[in-house]
Amino acid sequence: MTPAILELRGLTKAFGGLTCVNALDLEVREREIVSIIGPNGAGKTTVFNVITGIFRPDGGDILLDGASIVGLEPHEITNRGVARTFQTLRLFLNMTVKENVMAAAYGHTKAGVLRSVLRTPGARREEREINRLAEERLSFFGQRLMGYRWNQPAYSLSYANRRRLEIARATATNPRILLLDEPAAGMNPSETHEITELIGQLREEGGYTILVIEHDMHVVEGISDRVVALDHGVKIAEGSFEAVATDEQVVEAYLGRREATTK
Amino acid sequence: MADGDPVDLPAPPDAQNRPRIGVDEWVGQVEDRREHGPRVRLVNAWNELHLAAKLAIFVGPAAFLPFVVSSDYWMQVAVITALYAVLAVGLNVAVGFAGLLDLGYVAFFGFGAYAYTWLASEHFDLHWDATYAIPTVVVASAALGFIVGLPSRRLVGDYLAIVTLFFLFIFNTLLLNADRINIPFKEGSINFTRGPNGISTVDPMSFFGLELRTLDHYFWLSLVTFAVVVGALYLLNESRTGRAWRALREDPLAAELMSMPVNRLKLLAFSIGAAAAGLTGSIFAAQNGSVFPVDFDLTLLISLYAFVILGGAGSILGVAIGAVTINVALELLRTPENASFVFYFLLLVAIVAILRRRAAAVLAGIVVLGFLLRLAAEGVKPSWTTGEDRGLTWVDRLVEDWVLLPTDIARIDDVAYIGLIAAVLALLQLRGFVRLAALVPVLYLAVFVWQNVLVIQPSVARYIMLGAMLVALMAARPQGLFGTPRVEIV
Repeated sequence: MTPAILELRGLTKAFGGLTCVNALDLEVREREIVSIIGPNGAGKTTVFNVITGIFRPDGGDILLDGASIVGLEPHEITNRGVARTFQTLRLFLNMTVKENVMAAAYGHTKAGVLRSVLRTPGARREEREINRLAEERLSFFGQRLMGYRWNQPAYSLSYANRRRLEIARATATNPRILLLDEPAAGMNPSETHEITELIGQLREEGGYTILVIEHDMHVVEGISDRVVALDHGVKIAEGSFEAVATDEQVVEAYLGRREATTK
Repeated sequence: MADGDPVDLPAPPDAQNRPRIGVDEWVGQVEDRREHGPRVRLVNAWNELHLAAKLAIFVGPAAFLPFVVSSDYWMQVAVITALYAVLAVGLNVAVGFAGLLDLGYVAFFGFGAYAYTWLASEHFDLHWDATYAIPTVVVASAALGFIVGLPSRRLVGDYLAIVTLFFLFIFNTLLLNADRINIPFKEGSINFTRGPNGISTVDPMSFFGLELRTLDHYFWLSLVTFAVVVGALYLLNESRTGRAWRALREDPLAAELMSMPVNRLKLLAFSIGAAAAGLTGSIFAAQNGSVFPVDFDLTLLISLYAFVILGGAGSILGVAIGAVTINVALELLRTPENASFVFYFLLLVAIVAILRRRAAAVLAGIVVLGFLLRLAAEGVKPSWTTGEDRGLTWVDRLVEDWVLLPTDIARIDDVAYIGLIAAVLALLQLRGFVRLAALVPVLYLAVFVWQNVLVIQPSVARYIMLGAMLVALMAARPQGLFGTPRVEIV
């Protein structure tokens, strides 16, 4: 078995009296696709927010390749190879499509103020490199984000394309593990189908390890090596899709108990 | 068209070649069509120009100004305008590029001026060559920008604005009071600023022993500074740092999570803006030969923001043009001859720009109303037409036949003036045809007030006009002349 690339140990996060994530253990191994499911308010996005450093955990540890990343600034965590997308899209709307992706290359490029102003050969080379990287990342989505769209502002994109652009932007940080927060939210059936295939491609062609939050069970079924179910911040089930989907606690979390419903 | 789209709809025969409305392809085609207008072609041609060519277009002709302008007064205006343009471009780094509302910016300008004064004046009896003094001042200003940025780096929006404004006030208080600073282990106190009296013994600048003596020299120095600062900031804006600033302006959290160190980028924006301000300050001090606290107060800050807002925050070209336009306009408006001309010109342009085809009707309406009122006044109360026309130009001759000119204007001028403001405010509440109809008497009242009251005191009127101009611009074009409109998706 390949070693775990991301490991959560007893991760706890509370806001006042509300414990959103409670002693969560989770392992994601190299090139694995793990889905996190759970009803609204189960703490899924909070897990992402804690991993990426937006919130500091109240307890437990987060290990990336065996080293703790707790307490690092979010951009440092990204530089170590964790990139994410957002459930509510957070693109740089008034920048062009290509610039959105180019901006995300900041962490692994170096040209400082002086070198950029003097346009040294190194800085020029790096700029060409960033350009090439952006075009390559955008080409991942076929013709959708190519050509004339490069120079259009991100706000002019359709909703589905904005979701795609967010994924392209996240991959431009050269991550090893991608955290996708509801990639299929708000998509129509054909786009959802396409996203399912795309996530598989991201692993096959990009070599990324993927942790994904998703509500659409078709997507979860289609992509997951493993599924983790959360409810009230607690892990209630883990395993293959079939095992988790039929788990009594999971069904209860989504639908309630038989006794309760018949009252 | 979305390939692999399984939705079965009866498609029109040419569906293959026709993009659907609202879909990206459609948006793309519309953009494409728009790209063939003359305005868009001009913009594209401009964008494709090399930086050196862009700079040459503006700085080149300006360099010949000293050969054309003979009056010292106008050369002084030119120097100040060039320096203010550099200042505005520097302010644009924090405000326009990185989206940080920095209200303490003028303090860096003041610091640069005083720092240069300390290094090159009788005050401490130091007489550094500008070759060393300027880099020292620039580095010190950048460091000050960094230090001010440190406590403010976690603040955004209004909070940042308040803290930086606070800093500007502290700075001003220091300038006024740092004339008796006691230092441990030293007898007596040190006089840093000479308080409100300022320091008037600043050395003229000299580079490697070559002294700048005339206004022309300082003008050329200011132009070179402008070219260097604009060039550097342009290149920086087109680099990874510039992209990161724009990302930070758009969404700081997303920027941070996309690997950009947001706090460091904010400090960088502060420092670089402060460096530009410090550089400008040192030239300002040397050219004036003196520094006073009043040169670095809120008035200048408001002017600088007016430049940035008029030109369009984020656009270097726009901000520079904003600085030049407002500065020159304020100077032109000092004398009644120019003021009248500018007033009627702006009024005419505004009417035509806003009303388009209906402008002629409104203009005719004003004149007709004017003649009717004149006729009525001549019959009822002749003293309302026998006053003196204070305007001096041919423009004033054009209106004096149909504007009421009361003899005892002193008794009604205040009422008329306040009435005009009230009328304009009331006009803004009206809609449709009523507004159009009400526009005629209100504009007539404006002309009346101008010709009777304001034309003789343009030094007061010029700020009113500038304010009106900015308000009108903000209503018509919130992004400024050269800014890009910001779009939010809800």
